[in-house]
Amino acid sequence: MTDSPMPAQATTAPTPEVQANLFPFVLQLADTSLILAHRLSEWCGHGPILEQDLAMANIALDLLGEARSYYQYAAELEGKGRTEDDLAYLRSAVEYRNPLLVEQPNGDFAGTIVRQFIYDCFHYHLLLQLKSGPDAHLAAIAEKSVKEAAYHIKWSSEWVIRLGDGTEESRRRVEKAINTLWRYAGELTTPSAAEKALQAAGLVPDYAAIQAQVDAHVARVFEEATLPVPQGVFMQKGGKDGRHSEHLGYLLAELQYLQRTYPGLQW
Amino acid sequence: MVEHVAAPTEEHIWQMLEEVSDPEVPVLNILDLGIVRAVRVEGEEVYVTITPTYSGCPAMNTIATEIRLRLLSEGITKLHIHNQLSPAWTTDWMSQAGRQKLEAYGIAPPVDGTATGHMLNLFGADTAVRCPLCKSEHTHLVSQFGSTACKAHYQCDECLEPFDYFKCHA
Repeated sequence: MTDSPMPAQATTAPTPEVQANLFPFVLQLADTSLILAHRLSEWCGHGPILEQDLAMANIALDLLGEARSYYQYAAELEGKGRTEDDLAYLRSAVEYRNPLLVEQPNGDFAGTIVRQFIYDCFHYHLLLQLKSGPDAHLAAIAEKSVKEAAYHIKWSSEWVIRLGDGTEESRRRVEKAINTLWRYAGELTTPSAAEKALQAAGLVPDYAAIQAQVDAHVARVFEEATLPVPQGVFMQKGGKDGRHSEHLGYLLAELQYLQRTYPGLQW
Repeated sequence: MVEHVAAPTEEHIWQMLEEVSDPEVPVLNILDLGIVRAVRVEGEEVYVTITPTYSGCPAMNTIATEIRLRLLSEGITKLHIHNQLSPAWTTDWMSQAGRQKLEAYGIAPPVDGTATGHMLNLFGADTAVRCPLCKSEHTHLVSQFGSTACKAHYQCDECLEPFDYFKCHA
């Protein structure tokens, strides 16, 4: 719908190094939002109750909208004539830059909640920083999306508390999910090569500071949930460099099926 | 046969935009909703700036098409719709007329100053929302996610009707 895309308004002329790294970084943000949106959309019609089915569909839609904004910006940064659709539908798994966390399967409701909680903690605090960052285009997207991310983190935090401090069954399930998924939390704040270069240029916030904010929120929520905060977990990584778990290929096979089968097809 | 409008004024354009309604909440026009940020006319070229309500709101594509069709019906073909993200849309931009229309339609209008914002107020008290049907303030939140991205789901404890609440988004 962007008849005239918003012009990139970099406050100062970007150095070649920034230019080279901004595209993969924005693409990483786009892929992350898209893949998580797709995972959440798989719940549509299968939620435990109608209201939570709607909640997951709503969050999926917010993330999809955010992904579109990033893809449009990424396409503009690349400047090779690729569109947002080309970037979403015509790249293979090894070209995807999302962290491993968001491609993990939904599991049960507790699994989806824990995955969402881990991501929301990072996402919300990242957007708060990007919102006042020097890249005007990213700041505009973040300003818009952080309002939505505030609803998401509230929702997933409250559910972690309900499940953790709920019944024996809910607690067993949420603990299992934490044991399965915590190993993917560390990648979110482990900068990729592109992120390191952009951090040096001041375009990407300091992830140690974000991690401290995330830790504080996790401690608060887990305390209320009567859950122990996992300690000394070995953190998996690789997604940001294109080394994914087997799950992403299956996900993309479904997400990209129509465009791969009927190239250029439109609604 | 559509007459060619030689030189539409900005006032004309605003009037036309007032006739474009939100496809998901058809009692509201897009000016009530506060999504039209600017209108500029330069000769035959018309520039309209709109701001999305929620990032993934599917109504935005429809609204852009409706704007195009409405202006086209007045012979305006050189239309440029600019989608502006910042400053981000807020329900503060919703008109008073729009709020009254919403309540009459059965959707509780946003209660200013109650945005989720950055408070992270977990399990905080629900916003007191007046039931649009029986006007009781004795209502409770069912889910902060409702039938569309912009609404939460409430129920009235007096008349027991479930209803939509247009969330405060600031």
